[in-house]
Amino acid sequence: MASRRTYRIGTGAGFSSDRLDPAIDLVKRGQLDAIVFECVGERTLAFGHRDRAKDSNRGYNALLEKRLRALLALCYTNGTQLITNMGVANPAAAAKIAHQIGQELGLSGLRIAVVTGDDVSTLIHNDSMLSEPACTVGETGRSVIGANAYLGSDAIISALKEDPHVVITGRVADPSLFLAPIQHNFNWLAEDWSRLGAGTLVGHLMECAAQVTGGYFVDPGYKSVPNLAYVGFPIAEVSSDGSAVITKLVDTGGKVSTQTVKEQMLYEVHNPSAYLTPDVVADFSGVEISNEGDDRVRVAGAKGTTRPSELKVTVAFDGGYLAEAEVSYAGPGSVGRASLAADIVRDRIKQVHGLDQPCRTDLIGLNAIHGLESESNTDIRDVRLRAALRCDDQETANALLWEVESLLCCGPAGGGGYRGRIEPSVLTYSTFVDRNLVAPKTEMLIV
Amino acid sequence: MTKIVELRTLAHARAGDKGNRSNVSVFAYDPKDFGLLEAQVTESRLKLHFGHLLRGSIQRFMLPKLYGINLVIDDALGGGVNESLNLDSHGKSWSFLVLSLPVNLDADSNSKSNNPSR
Repeated sequence: MASRRTYRIGTGAGFSSDRLDPAIDLVKRGQLDAIVFECVGERTLAFGHRDRAKDSNRGYNALLEKRLRALLALCYTNGTQLITNMGVANPAAAAKIAHQIGQELGLSGLRIAVVTGDDVSTLIHNDSMLSEPACTVGETGRSVIGANAYLGSDAIISALKEDPHVVITGRVADPSLFLAPIQHNFNWLAEDWSRLGAGTLVGHLMECAAQVTGGYFVDPGYKSVPNLAYVGFPIAEVSSDGSAVITKLVDTGGKVSTQTVKEQMLYEVHNPSAYLTPDVVADFSGVEISNEGDDRVRVAGAKGTTRPSELKVTVAFDGGYLAEAEVSYAGPGSVGRASLAADIVRDRIKQVHGLDQPCRTDLIGLNAIHGLESESNTDIRDVRLRAALRCDDQETANALLWEVESLLCCGPAGGGGYRGRIEPSVLTYSTFVDRNLVAPKTEMLIV
Repeated sequence: MTKIVELRTLAHARAGDKGNRSNVSVFAYDPKDFGLLEAQVTESRLKLHFGHLLRGSIQRFMLPKLYGINLVIDDALGGGVNESLNLDSHGKSWSFLVLSLPVNLDADSNSKSNNPSR
């Protein structure tokens, strides 16, 4: 349905584990045309494939049911379309869950569109070339868990043409989840690259939810926002030319300012003149960002050129295990005792267990992350040794945990608070496929 | 007298990751300081101070309209989020690594300001 008025679109989640209360507030008070839940990262997708391999009814977002139970009826009543990639590695199973919840809530006539076709495992073979690292799939020496193409707005628009209340997808490029309903609302042509670039900017600004409303931003004493504990999620008021005002609900925490919008505009962007999506090569270099009142920031001037002929594909591989173990040293001389403990762990991993893989040790509170020596360690009263290694078998992972735990009796004085964990790991590499080989499909479930 | 401050007093920043590449956007709080950022937030100065983490080449994209610089840093994440042994495997805190860069307020006379909060 074409419309000339401002299109109001909100973000209900910016990552798989995002908060729920700001999303509920947005649907209740936001008068939204649509709300988007962006919940897929490269790792979440790989773990989705793992879950699905164990149980064919799994592989979707872990919070799907909780989110739908809280929001389906509200969205249905308020006329807000719910668009999400919470299908992750199994959109069909996620749609079944949505259908079941719709039935339980008595939402007769609820239309759930499921978009599939991103799973391109059958196109990936041992001799398929990866773009990074530059080797074949077979040469990695690892087993493939799954391969997914980034679908674009066209795949979602096919679904939107059937007037669904809910759209559930797997892997779709994040900005496309927003661009699709905007493009569909305004009837933008598929080759209107300039507007598609502008709509992509809106999607890019919105896709991380609170990251444009004051989340991932505050630095006390330098950059502040009010009431961060109750940060509101964003709303974009999009005009037919693709320009937009980014805002949020009154009486929510956080802030929308030119600073929050600028930081988010370049988040995970490399060349601002050429931001590649399946829909367009977007150009953010000429964007103007201006204040238009309290928590209202206007963005205009994004452009675009012809979309890429190939789609990016993420190939996920089994990455073995990540083992991590920690123990604390506190009080006078804590840095010296923790350093000795670190030396002991690295020594014994090599000599006693005969392991050659890199074993990293850090002193948390001192130099764990940036690895810069501070000028004076004498005031530090509390430091935590962390040891980490990656390996292909559980037994090696256990060895690391054992070595750190055994420091309690055999290591330097006063070690306490041991914790250890072993996490299955995945590796994700990219390749590209001809877009003509990827065929998105839509299926409709009606309650 | 030369006045050295951390970049954090003049600019704000945000870090993002893609594979083993990090991008850190840096924006001047005051447009007057953009020239100083341009002159001092350079590949060679970043490598000098943080070369142990920022191992690969550093590309700079200038956004003069927004008084910002986008730094794209290769081989910056110890293999990337799925391979790194760093506790911050995404390099989320690389923004504050870059903001700890020392800058010389007197090196560029255009960038001087009387803002007492410095």
